[in-house]
Amino acid sequence: MGVLRNLGLLLFLVVVMIGWVVLPWPGAALLALLVAAWLALTRRGRQSASVAVVGISTLRQRLGSSAVIVVGIAGVVGVLVALLSMAEGYAETLRKTGGLDTAIVMRGASASEVMSVMDRDSVTQVAQTAGIARDAKGEPLASPELVVAANLPIKGGTADDQGSVQLRGVGAQAWAVRPQVRIVEGRRFENGLRELIVGRGAARQFAGLVPGQEVRLGNQSWKVAGVFASGDALESEVWADAAVVADTYRRGSSRASVTVRLADPKDFAAFKTALEANPQLKVDVATTLDYFSKQSEGMTKVIRTVGMVVGSIMGIGALFGALNTMFAAVAARAREIATLRAIGFAGLPVVVAVMLETMLLALLGGVIGGFLAWGIFNGYQASTLAGGAVGKLDFELHVTPQLLWTGLKWALAIGFIGGLFPAMRAARMPVTAALREL
Amino acid sequence: MKYLHLVWAALFRRKTRTFLTLVSIIAAFLLFGLLDAVRASFEQAGQSANGAQRLQVGAKLSFIQALPSSLEAQIAQVPGVKDVTFANWFGGAYQDPHNQVFSFAVAPNYLDLYPEISVSGAEKKAFLATRSGALVGERLAQKFHWKVGDRIPMQSTIFPDREGNKNWTFDIVGILHSTDKKSGGFFDQMFLLNWKYFDDTTPYNQGQVGWYVTRVTDVKRTDAVAKAIDALSANSDHETRSQTEQAATANWLKQLADIGLIVSSIMGAVFFTLLLLAGNTMMQAVRERTSELAVMKTIGFSDVSMLAMVLAESVLLLLLGGVVGLGLATLLVPAIGAGSGGMLNLPTVGASSWALGAGLMVLFGVIVGAVPAASAMRLNIVDALRR
Repeated sequence: MGVLRNLGLLLFLVVVMIGWVVLPWPGAALLALLVAAWLALTRRGRQSASVAVVGISTLRQRLGSSAVIVVGIAGVVGVLVALLSMAEGYAETLRKTGGLDTAIVMRGASASEVMSVMDRDSVTQVAQTAGIARDAKGEPLASPELVVAANLPIKGGTADDQGSVQLRGVGAQAWAVRPQVRIVEGRRFENGLRELIVGRGAARQFAGLVPGQEVRLGNQSWKVAGVFASGDALESEVWADAAVVADTYRRGSSRASVTVRLADPKDFAAFKTALEANPQLKVDVATTLDYFSKQSEGMTKVIRTVGMVVGSIMGIGALFGALNTMFAAVAARAREIATLRAIGFAGLPVVVAVMLETMLLALLGGVIGGFLAWGIFNGYQASTLAGGAVGKLDFELHVTPQLLWTGLKWALAIGFIGGLFPAMRAARMPVTAALREL
Repeated sequence: MKYLHLVWAALFRRKTRTFLTLVSIIAAFLLFGLLDAVRASFEQAGQSANGAQRLQVGAKLSFIQALPSSLEAQIAQVPGVKDVTFANWFGGAYQDPHNQVFSFAVAPNYLDLYPEISVSGAEKKAFLATRSGALVGERLAQKFHWKVGDRIPMQSTIFPDREGNKNWTFDIVGILHSTDKKSGGFFDQMFLLNWKYFDDTTPYNQGQVGWYVTRVTDVKRTDAVAKAIDALSANSDHETRSQTEQAATANWLKQLADIGLIVSSIMGAVFFTLLLLAGNTMMQAVRERTSELAVMKTIGFSDVSMLAMVLAESVLLLLLGGVVGLGLATLLVPAIGAGSGGMLNLPTVGASSWALGAGLMVLFGVIVGAVPAASAMRLNIVDALRR
């Protein structure tokens, strides 16, 4: 009988947890309202509330053991939210780089820009395809670009400590194609000269990227003309005139990709069809939103998985800590609970009261953990080698409300399970035995 | 030691509580084991005796830039260089451009410089004799269900052939095995093709070389040899940068992520929670035994032995949970490696992790037990018995 009941309880738990995972926040709010209404309006509810108040008012006497629940869950939520915010910040930085109104054309079957090579004819043909916006002079807004890697000394490292930065050679229309890029210091590079502009992120990562200074790429000396900001992945790059980059890297007249501004986002399908219909071209085209979102997929998945695994293991630890505390709390109050039962309180209010107490502590832990993660990690600068790129990508961890909600959900789930079993034990305690207990 | 049964009995006085605490400790040390394995795999990458002998010579400009093949003969002349070989990045992908494979076009003597990659003599001969032959790593072959004799299509995401076609065909002639699982897990994932076939087929390479690998005669002179090699091309348009394999890998991983920082912050949070939790358990355990402890003192247990017994109890608690947790991690790590289809290559939880883990267990045991043990020691018999 006992085994069957425990099995039923476990099954109930699984169902509740699955429901909880898919529940959006309005659903949770509604649930909270329903519980509150039940507590205030029904007889059983009011009984539960009064028992819960007694339990909660004695929390102060058990500060140490209650802190185990709060701190344990705060730790889980903090680490989980921090790791997920890393994935979020990374994906967001790349996603923001693209948009629906620009498209990137590369040689077919190239996984990323670095791997693509397009000859001069293809580049010219792509730029002449219908669907591309044109400037006042009637020139298409298309920037043939060359993406290569450059070794630069890392800031704070020894001279031998070199990192890889993505160097993008851009065409004359790059500024019109990517209006988000603006110079924040210095000036643009001069076409035809060995001059660079550096993204803010790149300037943070690498030494010597200061306007007016010279840096060495290979055996050549380049002048840093300015610093640009764009608020996305481009900020981790260094830009120069495509023709000069091609010369340095011995790429002749070939380019890696063409980024174009579409006359209208709706024209993308037509643009794609036109490119595919051209027998002289063997290219793939994607909106930049698509292209950059895809680049972040692999890395984001890895970070998310790591976050979930670490969070789950920590969650198990915290869950058992909560169980321990609540079992002890129930045992300490065995007489009091038995008295309540003896004077006519049913089992349900006792169960609800213990659960409420645990979940309240869990909620507190979740809020503290989320708040800590937000306070410490929101906007924290991190960098990694980007998928599909050849340089360091600088990004900020971003703790979104969505992530905080995920953290709270975890906290409440741990609180729910951690409270359920001790609550059931409290309700099932034989009254006579418990009354006799010292 | 003669009090062990007493300590043991005290520990399992409340089975539920001890069990619940143990699970929390197990979870904490399981996480410690897993994360430490990840950290160790980052630290050990490229660190082998063979790796220390090898210098990687790449373009100073950037790692994607190719070098002229004429350098090979020049590098071979540098005093201290035993062998020199070269390779190109092929950028292969199987079935889908995003399904990338670590594929290199290599010189005929490439494998001679990597004694930690084992391949049978017949297969090696077949590779040299078959123009479109390919040697594939053990795990890679497992992942895609390839076997010797298979003819497989492979896309190059970088190099088309003369007709502009990016689909290459290879005949699998042999399987590579890594003999050094600790630092050379990567070799199980490799796909090697003949450089000659590569260079003949694509019009984009034209005899260039991605990077050179040299083996030095004397490990102590690697720095000098590296400088001498770089001097060959100084002030040319193809300056080189030579690094030991070890340094190159370390540099690469450092750019990928600051694993040490991430691991230590997570573990900080985990262990802080653990201390509080186990500390709470020990407090409860000693508090509810107050009268028992008083009785023990009455019958002659000294203050110091009371202190020692409570400390021993908490250390034992941590050790029990910690050993089980680390043991689980030791079992799980290879399973994760296998389950990820070779994506993750974690070394097993090594002796260093175990030593560090054991140290932490004892340390936390002492910290956790300190306050309850002190209160047990200072216990006043008369007061405690009256309670």
